[in-house]
Amino acid sequence: MARKIKLRIWRGSAKEGSLHDVEVDANEGEVVLDVIHRVQATKINDLAVRWNCKAGKCGSCSMEINGKPRLACMTQMANFEEGETITITPLRAFPVIKDLVTDVSFNYQKAMEVPAFEPPADLKPGQARMAQVDVDRSQEFRKCIECFLCQDTCHVIRDHEENKKKFAGPRFFIRLAELDMHPLDILRNRKKTAQEEHGLGMCNITKCCTEVCPEHIRITDNAIIPMKERVVDVKYDPVRWLGSKIRRREEIS
Amino acid sequence: MSENQIPMERHNYDVVVIGAGGAGLRAAVEAREAGLRVAIICKSLFGKAHTVMAEGGIAASMGNVNSSDNWMVHFRDTMRGGKFLNNYRMAELHAKESPERVWELEVWGALFDRTGEGKISQRNFGGHEYPRLAHVGDRTGLELIRTMQQRIVALQQKDKRETGSFESHLKVFAECTITEILKDGDQVTGAYGYWRETGNEILFEAPAVILATGGIGKSFKVTSNSWEGTGDGHALALKAGGKLVDMEFVQFHPTGMVWPPSVRGLLVTESVRGDGGVLTNSEGKRFMFNYIPEVFKDKYADNEAEADRWYKDQANNRRPPELLPRDEVARAINSEVKAGRGSPHGGVYLDVSKRLPADEIKRRLPSMWHQFKELADVDITEQPMEVGPTCHYVMGGIEVEPDTAAAVGVTGLFAAGEVAGGMHGSNRLGGNSLSDLLVFGRRAGLGAVEYLKKNPNRKTVSTESIKRAQERIEKPFTRSGGENPYLIHQELQDLTQSLVGIIRTKNELTEAIEKISQFRSRIEKVSVTGGRQFNPGFHLSLDLENMLLVSECIAKAALTREESRGGHTRDDFPKMDPNWRQYNLICDWNGKSISTTKQKLPMMPNELLSLFDPHELEKYFTKDEMTQVMASAGSR
Amino acid sequence: MALTTGVFSSGRAELQERTLRTDRWWLQPLITVLVLLSFVVYATFRAFEGKNYFAEPLISPFYSPCLSTECVDGASLIGQPFGKIVLFGLTLSPALFILVFPLGFRLTCYYYRKAYYRSFWQSPPACAVAEPHKKYTGETRAPLILQNGHRWFFYIGLLFNILLTIDAVLAFRDAEKHWGHMSVGTLVLLANATLLWLYSASCHTCRHTIGGRLKNFSKHPVRYKAWTVVSKLNHYHPNFAWVSLFGVAFADLYVRLVAAGTITNFYFF
Ligand SMILES: Cc1cc2nc3c(=O)[nH]c(=O)nc-3n(C[C@H](O)[C@H](O)[C@H](O)COP(=O)(O)OP(=O)(O)OC[C@H]3O[C@@H](n4cnc5c(N)ncnc54)[C@H](O)[C@@H]3O)c2cc1C
Ligand code: SF4
Ligand code: SF4
Ligand code: FES
Ligand code: FES
Repeated sequence: MARKIKLRIWRGSAKEGSLHDVEVDANEGEVVLDVIHRVQATKINDLAVRWNCKAGKCGSCSMEINGKPRLACMTQMANFEEGETITITPLRAFPVIKDLVTDVSFNYQKAMEVPAFEPPADLKPGQARMAQVDVDRSQEFRKCIECFLCQDTCHVIRDHEENKKKFAGPRFFIRLAELDMHPLDILRNRKKTAQEEHGLGMCNITKCCTEVCPEHIRITDNAIIPMKERVVDVKYDPVRWLGSKIRRREEIS
Repeated sequence: MSENQIPMERHNYDVVVIGAGGAGLRAAVEAREAGLRVAIICKSLFGKAHTVMAEGGIAASMGNVNSSDNWMVHFRDTMRGGKFLNNYRMAELHAKESPERVWELEVWGALFDRTGEGKISQRNFGGHEYPRLAHVGDRTGLELIRTMQQRIVALQQKDKRETGSFESHLKVFAECTITEILKDGDQVTGAYGYWRETGNEILFEAPAVILATGGIGKSFKVTSNSWEGTGDGHALALKAGGKLVDMEFVQFHPTGMVWPPSVRGLLVTESVRGDGGVLTNSEGKRFMFNYIPEVFKDKYADNEAEADRWYKDQANNRRPPELLPRDEVARAINSEVKAGRGSPHGGVYLDVSKRLPADEIKRRLPSMWHQFKELADVDITEQPMEVGPTCHYVMGGIEVEPDTAAAVGVTGLFAAGEVAGGMHGSNRLGGNSLSDLLVFGRRAGLGAVEYLKKNPNRKTVSTESIKRAQERIEKPFTRSGGENPYLIHQELQDLTQSLVGIIRTKNELTEAIEKISQFRSRIEKVSVTGGRQFNPGFHLSLDLENMLLVSECIAKAALTREESRGGHTRDDFPKMDPNWRQYNLICDWNGKSISTTKQKLPMMPNELLSLFDPHELEKYFTKDEMTQVMASAGSR
Repeated sequence: MALTTGVFSSGRAELQERTLRTDRWWLQPLITVLVLLSFVVYATFRAFEGKNYFAEPLISPFYSPCLSTECVDGASLIGQPFGKIVLFGLTLSPALFILVFPLGFRLTCYYYRKAYYRSFWQSPPACAVAEPHKKYTGETRAPLILQNGHRWFFYIGLLFNILLTIDAVLAFRDAEKHWGHMSVGTLVLLANATLLWLYSASCHTCRHTIGGRLKNFSKHPVRYKAWTVVSKLNHYHPNFAWVSLFGVAFADLYVRLVAAGTITNFYFF
């Protein structure tokens, strides 16, 4: 049962571009990425789109569908109404390369700036013992498929290009939280640098990152806010601050 | 557009690793830690390689859940799974070293699921005698690749502290495709390719190249693989003078999604069965009991009661037949569907809903629950899934030296991961790939390091070899009005699927080989529209050639091997033949077509042979071989 | 307003629309504005009204604890440290001495922050809808950096919860201060106190303090258990935030109506 679908696809480059109307068939059970592939195979052979797994596992096919940041391979055509025109654009927080493909190198740059996991120097392979309850929290964050939809939707950089320098973004706030909650990580200044170098304080917890995360990671509630509280512990809470001066380190308990 | 207008970058490294999956990244880490300057090249973004899709787990005999497990048991399982066609030395190294490799991931920050004592938890999987797969829910591949990716970043941070730049000694070239291995004589001098983003070309000068390009699934229509699985590394090696081994063995995973059509082939992880899921046909019967082959009779339960008891008490019961090696299960499903006992969309049912409480299903199989909910509108905690075989993995690959991962026939070329052959014999056990990536990824890195120590003199890249590589990339643009690459790809997939698929016959294979040669001339005529900048039609037009080469290897090797074994099933030769076990098939490329030759498999040394009960070996070995085995057993 | 940053920066996909969303994304912020504004209007009116807040044994949550010498007889539970203060010819109502605390608690609440940043400040109005501001610094500077003081308001909030709970317990008396009675007013104050406790217990700071700040749960089984309970409640924190807000307003309204004699407080026994 094929039906005709009306699409408006953004085509262009970093210099210019616009929305193009395309009509194409869609079959039962198809997702937006299928339809884009059909356009590619039959109408616009050189339409640029990123994808890999078509199973919601790699986070490559991020784009904006009817204005919402989404994975094209996990957006079912059945979600749209009969006769509705579906608008498809590249991510609007990052520079565009061509058509639906954007330059997401910002994220890889930020990834390099988060200090790596640091286990105790004497930890030997095979000797680690960690209880499941101690790894649960970090495991949630490690579900991240790096689709960067959260980065795309975050208004701090989406709406303010100039903030990109000092703001790591939600994807890396969960990375910071993951490491700070990792039972074996001993690096002690993560909380402080989260605030001072990675721009945690720029986040106003408006939760758009959580809304778009295809892995349903509760970014704001489980990572950002707990990190903000931990930052308060070491920076803005005189009582705890005193305590930590006496013990001369960020507390690890 | 004329070729001399296309800008070309030039880079110089000690080692170039092609592929950023588990194998490539592990190799890069090893080479960098030894002090070398390393480039990692991949076709997609960093961290998106196919490895990210692996679900079930990493096999390693750590013995955390059942302490009877050790490398010898793992080795035995691997050889059995591969029907004794494996390169024994690879299987041995793999079984011995995989625990170390998994533990190492933990030191790099990986967070596996835990046992009650706080060790890495291990789960059951088809063909593994004990619970052996270290896992993180059903997203183990993601954990592996992210850990490796973060390890790379950690090394880059170290370089930054020492040299002031993250990328001074280790750089990732993402969205960059390699189209040619450059050589001088039979020695590697570098690699050539293009940036997908700009279409600009790029030259890597390097005395050692490691291929870690993964699989070939995209040659088939129904596959669990991502678009990257176009067999590039297989083709690159062939064209560089390397050899492919075991190409007839393609693993069809028994449980891929069959509905809706757009996700046909998408993997349903084996953990569903490991955690209690059962296969039933349209009559509601657990049909796997009818398909236990002779060689496995004493290991698998022949009745439901015993099979169900096994989940609780594995010491005193045989395992459920749903956990037979993949080739067996895939064939069984195929037979059920052919006999008219399939589900409405041409699969069978896989059901966990009646076997585990809903909460438990969501906890243990979160991404499966998601996948079915979002893509098929099926709630697996309430309804059965519809599943059928899907092309999943290629056992065949580049022939390598087991200890160093050096490619046979090309000096300075190494291969690891799915692109390398031999380790898995005729059939790979679930979980053995991720461990393979780590074990041989590391060994390839080491191999390159050792090679460079012994051969410090570099040969330079010749201008002719660059020119040849440039011309090849340019070709599709010089033609116009030719064939549409997408269309050819679809037709090729249809062809392999129907003629070189899960069940093969002489006639169909001969037909396939004929058609493949027609495709070759059609590919010569492919033209692309648009410019060089991020142009998927252009990318595909170059990948097509690789898929075609791989398909030809598969078809020709499959035609030659007149028996059925593991991932190769001949309708006209349905039995396993011990005579054929003594041989691997080797594929060569002479510039025009593929030829296959038989190559004798070396005999396992005594200390490995002695790990098996001679009665078991009898099922696989010829009479002559058995006399040999018994003689040497007697002399022990 | 023509912006050249954000989604309109050069290099990004060229589009004129500040959003391409087709759903009614403006509805949620609009509702938030309307509801919060109505509350503010009502609360301001009541805070300045300075009467009809006590009808033995019921006291309005806006006026408890009643700390000024202006308080009517019987309303002050813990003394009257403040004298009469007149500003611009107006006598300060007793509510004004204390309201800053619950107000501060809610203003710095992580959930309310989200709600009013989105709806009032439009930063952002909804996800993937461009915000109308040229500059943005988040919570890194004064005054918003003070949001980091939420925990102090949380602690004070706990004191208020205790006092309001005592108020509810005291409401088990009749107008002659005899124990053992229960009226609709008792239930209203009880419900109000319960909702406030739920609001506090589900607070992110509470979640952090009770266990979230630990690195290894397994070493602190009791706190871990408590953390899991609070985490479950925390999931519903937005719901508790709204319901408890209505609860306070309703409790106050009820007391006002009783105190003004508009209705009589019905006694069950
Ligand atoms: C759905 C699914 C589930 C699986 N589950 C499991 C499991 O549970 N356990 C298990 O052990 N195995 C599993 N496997 C198998 C396993 O995931 C793969 O065999 C393995 O990941 C292959 O890894 P690799 O490092 O060899 O290559 P890949 O991860 O495939 O990476 C290949 C890399 O090479 C690059 N590349 C390719 N061609 C070029 C080129 N021309 N130029 C530059 N770069 C190139 C690609 O960009 C990519 O980075 C699964 C496979 C699938 C499909
Ligand atoms: S909650 Fe913070 S990080 Fe997440 S989108 Fe909003 S501002 Fe960005
Ligand atoms: S946190 Fe979620 S939205 Fe953000 S990159 Fe990861 S998976 Fe994507
Ligand atoms: S293609 Fe991998 S997430 Fe969509
Ligand atoms: S009260 Fe809302 S977060 Fe503390």
